[in-house]
Amino acid sequence: MDASLPAHMRPERSFQGFILALQRFWAEQGCVILQPYDMEMGAGTFHPATTLRALGPKPWNAAYVQPSRRPKDGRYGENPNRMQHYYQFQVIMKPSPPNLQELYLKSLAAIGIDSAVHDIRFVEDDWESPTLGAWGLGWECWCDGMEVSQFTYFQQVAGFECAPVAGELTYGLERLAMYVQGVDRVYDLNFNGREGDAKVTYGDVFLQAEREYSKHNFEVADTAMLFEQFKMAETACRKYLDAGWKDGKREAHLMALPAYDQCIKASHVFNLLDARGVISVTERQSYILRVRELAKACGEAWIHTEAGGAA
Amino acid sequence: MPDLLLELFSEEIPARMQAKAADDLRRMVTDKLVAEGLVYEGAKAFATPRRLALTVHGIPARQPDLKTERRGPKVGAPDAAVQGFLKATGLKSLEEAKIQRDPKGDFYIGLIEKPGRDAIDVLAEILPVIIRTFPWPKSMRWGARSGKPGSLSWVRPLHAITATFGLETEEPDIVKFEVDGIETGQTTYGHRFLAPAAINVRRFEDYEAKLLAGKVVLDPERRKDAILTDAKQLAFAQGFELVEDQNLLDEVAGLVEWPVVLMGSFEPEFLATPGEVIRATIRNNQKCFVVSDPKTGKLANKFILVANIEATDGGKTIIAGNERVIRARLSDAKFFYETDLKTKLEGRLPKFEQIVFHEKLGTQATRIKRIERLAAEIAPLVGADVAKATRAAHLAKADLLTEVVGEFPEVQGLMGKYYALAQGEDASVAAACEEHYKPQGPADRVPTDPVSVAVALADKIDTLVGFWAIDEKPTGSKDPYALRRAALGVIRIVLEQSDRISLTPIFQAAIALHIMRGSDATFEDIVRVVRNPTPNPTFLRKSGSIAADNLVSLIGDLLAFFADRLKVQLREQGARHDLVDAVFALGGQDDLLMIVRRVEALGKFLDSDDGKNLLAGTKRASNILSIEEKKDKRTFDGAPDAALYSLAEEKALAKAIGEVKAEASAAVAKEDFAAAMSAMAKLRPPVDAFFDKVRVNDDDPKVRENRLKLLNEIRSATRAVADFSKIQD
Repeated sequence: MDASLPAHMRPERSFQGFILALQRFWAEQGCVILQPYDMEMGAGTFHPATTLRALGPKPWNAAYVQPSRRPKDGRYGENPNRMQHYYQFQVIMKPSPPNLQELYLKSLAAIGIDSAVHDIRFVEDDWESPTLGAWGLGWECWCDGMEVSQFTYFQQVAGFECAPVAGELTYGLERLAMYVQGVDRVYDLNFNGREGDAKVTYGDVFLQAEREYSKHNFEVADTAMLFEQFKMAETACRKYLDAGWKDGKREAHLMALPAYDQCIKASHVFNLLDARGVISVTERQSYILRVRELAKACGEAWIHTEAGGAA
Repeated sequence: MPDLLLELFSEEIPARMQAKAADDLRRMVTDKLVAEGLVYEGAKAFATPRRLALTVHGIPARQPDLKTERRGPKVGAPDAAVQGFLKATGLKSLEEAKIQRDPKGDFYIGLIEKPGRDAIDVLAEILPVIIRTFPWPKSMRWGARSGKPGSLSWVRPLHAITATFGLETEEPDIVKFEVDGIETGQTTYGHRFLAPAAINVRRFEDYEAKLLAGKVVLDPERRKDAILTDAKQLAFAQGFELVEDQNLLDEVAGLVEWPVVLMGSFEPEFLATPGEVIRATIRNNQKCFVVSDPKTGKLANKFILVANIEATDGGKTIIAGNERVIRARLSDAKFFYETDLKTKLEGRLPKFEQIVFHEKLGTQATRIKRIERLAAEIAPLVGADVAKATRAAHLAKADLLTEVVGEFPEVQGLMGKYYALAQGEDASVAAACEEHYKPQGPADRVPTDPVSVAVALADKIDTLVGFWAIDEKPTGSKDPYALRRAALGVIRIVLEQSDRISLTPIFQAAIALHIMRGSDATFEDIVRVVRNPTPNPTFLRKSGSIAADNLVSLIGDLLAFFADRLKVQLREQGARHDLVDAVFALGGQDDLLMIVRRVEALGKFLDSDDGKNLLAGTKRASNILSIEEKKDKRTFDGAPDAALYSLAEEKALAKAIGEVKAEASAAVAKEDFAAAMSAMAKLRPPVDAFFDKVRVNDDDPKVRENRLKLLNEIRSATRAVADFSKIQD
């Protein structure tokens, strides 16, 4: 931790200071610090900077905050730590550096978690994303019995082998910050690190949104429109993929990113439909499969682009 | 003789894989050594979260020289053959070969001497192969090298390999090899946080000691002992008792290199949630132990955690952190429990209509309906109230849809009981919600309440009949629907309850219920046809799931499966499985309790002299019969003609057979198998006397035929109790 920081910027005092400390730490490790992707998604992994950049031979080191939308997890602002919108901090390093575990532990130190008094553990957790056609091996990282991060060595993404393998770290920011700040309710997090009248809490920023979106997600979201949107996104994705092949030959692709946006869109629309309870158990599988097919097709297009490593 | 030390140092190995990996490493290395002619004295393997280690001691420094002889061509063979022989043996000329004299012609013999290699070179060859082919259940690639094909796969990134070989008294050598860029050496590392510095090791003894100094307990057994001892002491010191949990202990010992046991607590209010839910929460999610109050046996508001570090603040922060998480988890669990209590169990049932039990066997809802009806059929047979059994079957699966069971599948059934009691169900009905799953395995107890027994049998028999009907029977090691366990469960319940149940009518009812799903006929109508199959009743043909034409063979097949399971069960209790066959071979045996009683009586009888001799006599009769039957190409069925008896022994035997048959059958009818066996014993003296004095193959063909018929009568008389031909000597 940087002792020179003013109190309101310290990671144990302020949520934003906490995020800045992580960004600064990973910037110093050579990561590009990106801003959140401008689309709704269920996890930082969906960001093209992870999903697509994990594929292909080119080195890639990036870190970013990604707002994550999980419509089903909304609790109308009444649960102390479950929300339909929260932040993930995502790090991806390709190829995975040999000291990635050490870097991770140093990053914890940078946000005030001292391994001399905290019990930090790497507990087996195999990661799999059926919607992304992706899997990897790694751990849940525990701090004093609490899962604070996910640590994964990507083996496959969008149905393609990762070569080389990327290492992915995902920090649950609110949960970690709650631990560091010592609060039991996420809405009590000090957001800006100020005290008295100047203090802004997480609740001040997000509580109203949690209530509104919970109502929207569970009760009101227009399912007819959403079903339509899913179809439209799926169709558009296919259309852009088809149109992206240069000269109509499957050698080089020129539109993987716009196509992938539609895949992200379809995935989020599916999550909303799921939260509205209008998708039956059997249908659920088939929707997941449809999104996966899009993700796979996007992955295939990506590896035929310049950044995807096509010669 | 020199020793090998091998350590594979990696990132954290999943706890559940460690024990098998250590064992695999030991087995693979020692098997290879032996195959290479290097017979070692001993080997031991260890695992921690970050390392697999192996010590093999007493390996010979060199392989023995190998001398083999190779037979070559005949003397005077064409030059091509000779050249081939010289090439294969490495001999310079035929002068170096021996000549072996042989009646078929003389041969050249080449003597090949293969000098043994140094063990360290052999090790350098076999170890990298073992590492590359190591059987991890799941392995992965990592780092820059994973961009190229053929890169190493390991359970998690492998960082260092220590491999030394040498005598105790000398500085050991490094077994030099390289796997995917990792070169062997003698450097390892201590505890990740407490002693991360590099450690130089020579051989196993200093390796283990230096690791200990580096806050790593290498031996998992030592870690387990330490955790258990400390946990018990810590609980005891505060007046509690540790709730022991071997699986959790195994897992926790695989999560730490330096176990430090600490105790935390939670708010006593949480104890209002069922103890099993608290335990499942704390155990599954947090991998912590619970403690109980020795006076009441109930859980206390404490838990025991195992940390991996000696914290500079004595563990205060770690305890506080774990308490926070456990508090949050318990309040979730409490919330789930309280939410569940707001919905009655039957209120959950409609959802089962959306849940497929098996594609060919319909939804959970139809399955529950079948179990209800079948439980009602079984209830009178086991002394259960029909209404209660039906009610219990109706509710027994409902807890599968509760929040708590969704979160902790292992408390299924148990939660059903709690929720049933909470909504004011009869105690037997509530108990059945839990007990109908029992017995879950050979060590589990069987239900005793008649209502539980009825539902347990209905549940299991519905499953068995259903999967039998769609031909999804267990094969070899594959039994995905746990059908063996279900059959064994039925057997144990029936035997331990001493229930008199004929399985066939229950199977028939279960089949009828399965057929009902695809038919509009009533249960009664279908059952009638199932019990007396007439050719092709229309509603049987309409049924989707059951191969209606095989009803009879289906039941026979399922009974044979039960016979097999019963054999396994009895064999484990020390009974002879051939006696089960001897009883089953009588046919129509579907009352498990009677089968077992008969087997027991038969076993006792065969232990007596009378039994042994009667068995020998019967076998002798059978042997003679089968020889003569073959000779004459006919059987000797039918009653012998009393007029043709010429010897006293014949008459005596015929008389005895008549009496014994009547007496034994009467005793069997009264289910007094001991008496039936005593009756059989009376057959022994006349049988012995008959074989002593009577020549079966008399010159008069009529007398011979009559005597053979008499022998056949011995065989049929013994069938009153068992088929003696199935009994092994």
